[in-house]
Amino acid sequence: MNRRGLWPIVAVVAVLSCVPLVVHSDVILNFLVTALLLTLAGQGWSVLGGYGGQYSFGHAAFFGTGAYATAILQTRYGLNAWPAFALGIAAGAGMGAAIGALTFPARLRGSYFALVTLAFAEVLRILASVAPVTGAGVGILVKLDPGIHALQFSSRAAFYWFILSLVAAALVVTRLIEKSRFGAWLVAVRENEAAAQALGVDPTRVKLAAMTISAALTAAAGCFYVQYFLFIDAPIAYGPWISVEALLASIIGGAGTVFGPLLGALMVKTLGELAKLVTGDAPGLDLTLYGVVLILVVWVAPRGVAGIGARCRAWLARRQVGAGGSAA
Amino acid sequence: MQLSILFPAIVNGILNGALYALIALGLTLVYGVLHIINFAHGTLLTAALFAAFFLYRIFGLDPYISVLVLTPAFFLIGYALQRFVIGPVSRGDDSNILLVTLGLAVIIENGLLFAFRGDTRTIDVAYGFAVVPFAGMFISVPRLVGFAGAVVVTLLLWLLLGLSDTGKAIRAVAKEKLGAQLSGIDVPHIYALTFGLGAACVAVAACLLIPTYYVNPHVGNAFVLIAFTTVVLGGMGSIPGALIGGVFVGLIESLCGLYLGESLGQIGIFLMFILVLLLRPGGLLGARA
Repeated sequence: MNRRGLWPIVAVVAVLSCVPLVVHSDVILNFLVTALLLTLAGQGWSVLGGYGGQYSFGHAAFFGTGAYATAILQTRYGLNAWPAFALGIAAGAGMGAAIGALTFPARLRGSYFALVTLAFAEVLRILASVAPVTGAGVGILVKLDPGIHALQFSSRAAFYWFILSLVAAALVVTRLIEKSRFGAWLVAVRENEAAAQALGVDPTRVKLAAMTISAALTAAAGCFYVQYFLFIDAPIAYGPWISVEALLASIIGGAGTVFGPLLGALMVKTLGELAKLVTGDAPGLDLTLYGVVLILVVWVAPRGVAGIGARCRAWLARRQVGAGGSAA
Repeated sequence: MQLSILFPAIVNGILNGALYALIALGLTLVYGVLHIINFAHGTLLTAALFAAFFLYRIFGLDPYISVLVLTPAFFLIGYALQRFVIGPVSRGDDSNILLVTLGLAVIIENGLLFAFRGDTRTIDVAYGFAVVPFAGMFISVPRLVGFAGAVVVTLLLWLLLGLSDTGKAIRAVAKEKLGAQLSGIDVPHIYALTFGLGAACVAVAACLLIPTYYVNPHVGNAFVLIAFTTVVLGGMGSIPGALIGGVFVGLIESLCGLYLGESLGQIGIFLMFILVLLLRPGGLLGARA
């Protein structure tokens, strides 16, 4: 592994970790925490959707499974929050592997894959809204117990550093995938599955692995949600909002790039806050704007905002080569 | 289970199923020609339901009359959406189309939520609860009308595609886009036309639904997966398949509701959808792979 590939991540995380030292406003820190939560979910989406080209419309299935597992293990089985958090991520990854194992061998891709993931999330939402173990329609409240032992913090700054460290881990994982042989296989499957297969890549196994990692990252966001808000119910856990927002953050920022979801999540959340400033708390306007931005991004910058940077660099490089050529 | 409960459930299922078929018809038509899944389909239904609701509330227009206004209006809306938004923005790339129609769905649903809030609205027409006795039970008249309307529209569409020149052009584009283009067919126009027809189907369905149904900004979502299930069951792109698939889905929903209860009953549709996609992605009728 080339160590240079990790420097940008170290730099970005270092800058972000200084924010609570300068900013003491709970409102701003809360905003950043929700943006980083979305980054984590979007990073998960990007591994499968960006690098693997498999567009899931149902990442709520993983977010919700992580959230419910964390909450249920703590409240019903009295497990400590740390192992509950880890098991929550594992449960989400297991859900990803299970859905992947069902769908990929059946050769579902493109819109079919999007649809079937959506259907899985909906089935889970309905089950969670009636099953007693998930608290049915009432949801689950986790007991307030601030302290490092219960993974709850009384200060926003501590929560901020906690989610930032999770995002940092996700960024490193994404970077490692990008640079690894597995990442090359994944991109090969995205670009041309038949050709990849002809060269000895097993597309089903590669996609399955990507989905498992992707689900684990998005599940971590769900686990964090429970620790932060201490509440979960079926519409939050498995509702379409998180599927759509994870996809949006990733696509707008640039799916299949390391920093795309972070950029996208910050933009999406900023836009949402601006919409709230304009309209008060009237529902709907923020998501309407997200939809407009999604269409604009697909239209103007199909590779996301991070892709614009790459295109500018390519353009500058071409210009320099052109200038050098004419001088000689 | 007593027959006196089972039989009405079956009849209700079939009547509902015809409307599902009508909604699915638009979806399957667009899929068959453009080879895309229109995620905005359900929200177009929501928009049409709102339109029918306000035509009744403000102008006192009966839904069965406003169908004459809304069908052409939604045809034009659908045409414009494909011609000026989906087509140019996606540049023909499949995953872009997926994202653009998802974006449209998000915009329409939340735009309606912003404009009209989340309240659930109903209209109260005189015949809303009218029934006719049939074989020892009572059948709702508006639902019967809905069933008849759905069957008629399906038939009309089938004739249009089979007999008219436009229908021939649509089928030609569906089969072989490049060949159709080379023989002088304006493909973007045909695409937009097909999308318009799909939206028109939704408008008809909305007018037939509103007398017995309700409208709120999220109502279309309930129909999205039902319509997809119907389409997948009947075979993507097949018009008779949509009708049969719709009735089948209506039956499953009605029976699952009867045996599993209202909230868990919806699960039957989703499970069936997943199973069909996993086991027989070509549809139960095997119309096309």
